[in-house]
Amino acid sequence: MGWEPIRKSAAERAAANLADYAQTRRDFTWEQARGWLSGLPEGAGLNIGYEAVDRHAVGERRDVVALRFLGRGDAVTEVTYGELARRTNRFANLLDSLGVRSGGRVFSLLGREPALYVTALGTLKHTSVFSPLFSAFGPQPVRERLVRGDAQVLVTTPGLYRSRVAPIRDDLPQLRHVLVTGDDPPPAGTISLDAALAGVEDTFTVPPTDPEQMALLHFTSGTTGKPKGAVHVHEAVVAHHASARFALDLRESDVFWCTADPGWVTGTSYGIIAPLTVGATMIVDPGEFDARRWYANLAEQRVTVWYTAPTALRMLMRYGDDLPARYDLSALRYIASVGEPLNAEAVVWGQRALGQPIHDNWWQTETGSIMISNYAGMDLRPGAMGTPVPGVEAGLLQRDADGRLRMDDGVPRTVDEPDVEGELALRPGWPSMFRGYLHDEARYAACFAGDWYRTGDLARRDVDGYYWFIGRADDVITSAGHLIGPFEVESLLMEHPAVAEAGVIGKPDPVAGEVVKAFISLRDGYEATDDLRLELLGFGRRRLGSVAPKEVAFDQQLPHTRSGKVMRRLLKARELGLPEGDLSTLEPSA
Amino acid sequence: MTATDIATTVRTCLREVAPEADLDALPADADLREELFLDSLDFLRLVELLSERTGHRIDEEDYPHLESVNSTVAFLSRVG
Repeated sequence: MGWEPIRKSAAERAAANLADYAQTRRDFTWEQARGWLSGLPEGAGLNIGYEAVDRHAVGERRDVVALRFLGRGDAVTEVTYGELARRTNRFANLLDSLGVRSGGRVFSLLGREPALYVTALGTLKHTSVFSPLFSAFGPQPVRERLVRGDAQVLVTTPGLYRSRVAPIRDDLPQLRHVLVTGDDPPPAGTISLDAALAGVEDTFTVPPTDPEQMALLHFTSGTTGKPKGAVHVHEAVVAHHASARFALDLRESDVFWCTADPGWVTGTSYGIIAPLTVGATMIVDPGEFDARRWYANLAEQRVTVWYTAPTALRMLMRYGDDLPARYDLSALRYIASVGEPLNAEAVVWGQRALGQPIHDNWWQTETGSIMISNYAGMDLRPGAMGTPVPGVEAGLLQRDADGRLRMDDGVPRTVDEPDVEGELALRPGWPSMFRGYLHDEARYAACFAGDWYRTGDLARRDVDGYYWFIGRADDVITSAGHLIGPFEVESLLMEHPAVAEAGVIGKPDPVAGEVVKAFISLRDGYEATDDLRLELLGFGRRRLGSVAPKEVAFDQQLPHTRSGKVMRRLLKARELGLPEGDLSTLEPSA
Repeated sequence: MTATDIATTVRTCLREVAPEADLDALPADADLREELFLDSLDFLRLVELLSERTGHRIDEEDYPHLESVNSTVAFLSRVG
């Protein structure tokens, strides 16, 4: 590979939470990890909200800062575990007063602001189901998810309500309550969150919670069809907690910063839940990427563990090595990255410019927590995904030339030799494994082959057991760490009167990994002008928000499969100037 | 380039990045990223276009100047 492994010293190994990988992998059980949590008093079950907040609030850590919100300028607001317990109690009581029952779906459309944490954790304590939405979504993806997720309650800002929700409110008869943040009079049809919280008690007892009860609903995208709502249960907290200890080396003394957006799974599993279950102090910056501000945050907040994403790291790299040298990053002891594969250059850059190598890890919305990772106490191979987290069994499944799994009597054949490509698969059984796609049994069933969960990612495993990412087995696009389903984008574009058909691909991009590019064939009577191109870009942005195409190209000869679908694989091969591969399923040319 | 030319160029580039925006209604001192919902990639694209069309190299160091239409025009006039 040309990159030397980054060796960890004996002292580094000994100091790591996961000091002896091989032994822990042998001995570790999820039962054991369950014992690291408290459980509800009197054996009343397991509740994520209780583990994240209440168990600290009733103990010695009640006055420790749980969340430190960084304001626009230098303003800092701190919330202790004790205070967070009271605020989330109020939210749970508010849900009661609104008539929301256990299992009711509570959505957020918020940035990283106090209301997000109160909503998420209050909902979990109430035993309702929390579902976060990406605040950069346009009205269309918001509506799609609120409808598919049976949203009863939505918490958002007045601005997002007006721009993203008000235009589609009439399509959402099930949405009973919209709570909005801020001090201004709430828009018509909404309730002021703060006023409503002030009207309820700040004491609440978490009701008995079955660990198998639904807790979280995370939307993700596939190649075909509408977004899928991955269902997670309260037991997931066992894996959130254990993986944070193993893969992020997180401890209660840490100052932790996760830069992920709360609308995606990382922003919940590791941006809300895991660090609080550990009892750490979390930094919350509402702003988007800003190199100077980020370095200042790391330095001034004395961040010890930082979890970020390849796109952000690559943007920081563009600023060069001199900028970080102006900041005191001496508190920083561990850096991890997720969202898309981290290139070896970035791993090594971290070591040179930030004083710490960057530990890549891999997981998905469906897996709920980190599955494959590099570790503080283990040699790091730049460019590798790492090795399976203790308690997780990974494998590679053989594929034939058409991408189908090789099966023997319903059992997929595994790849057993080193350095041979296969589809990455996992043995179900870890606590944060998704329990289904909401209202979509068929697509859930399609995720399994024999006793394996199919991840849809292609990888190889080297002779020492490190996994290396190769690519997606399907057409799903990963842009800036966000999974984007081409079908959702194509469907929207086809609502434009000029568009006859659309094919959407991920175009490789040096910063974002991939960017969304749309190829469009026009209906009769429309001309491929620059104005129309801009109109279509704008149409996408207005309706889809930041998952809209960044590029639009016209193509009156979109390639089709025999069954009449646009062949995205071929569009992509053309875009990359690659051989076009097996075209046997292509329709005969006219 | 005169300041007027630069202002026109800035608006042309903005139209390219956020064609859905009503640029005539955009206050000249409004925060571009916020008002036009520009994500990091949109912003980098804007930088690239401005650089291409004005012929000025724009370094990462200069990004804070590209906050609003006014500050962008002022910056590009200065370096011009």
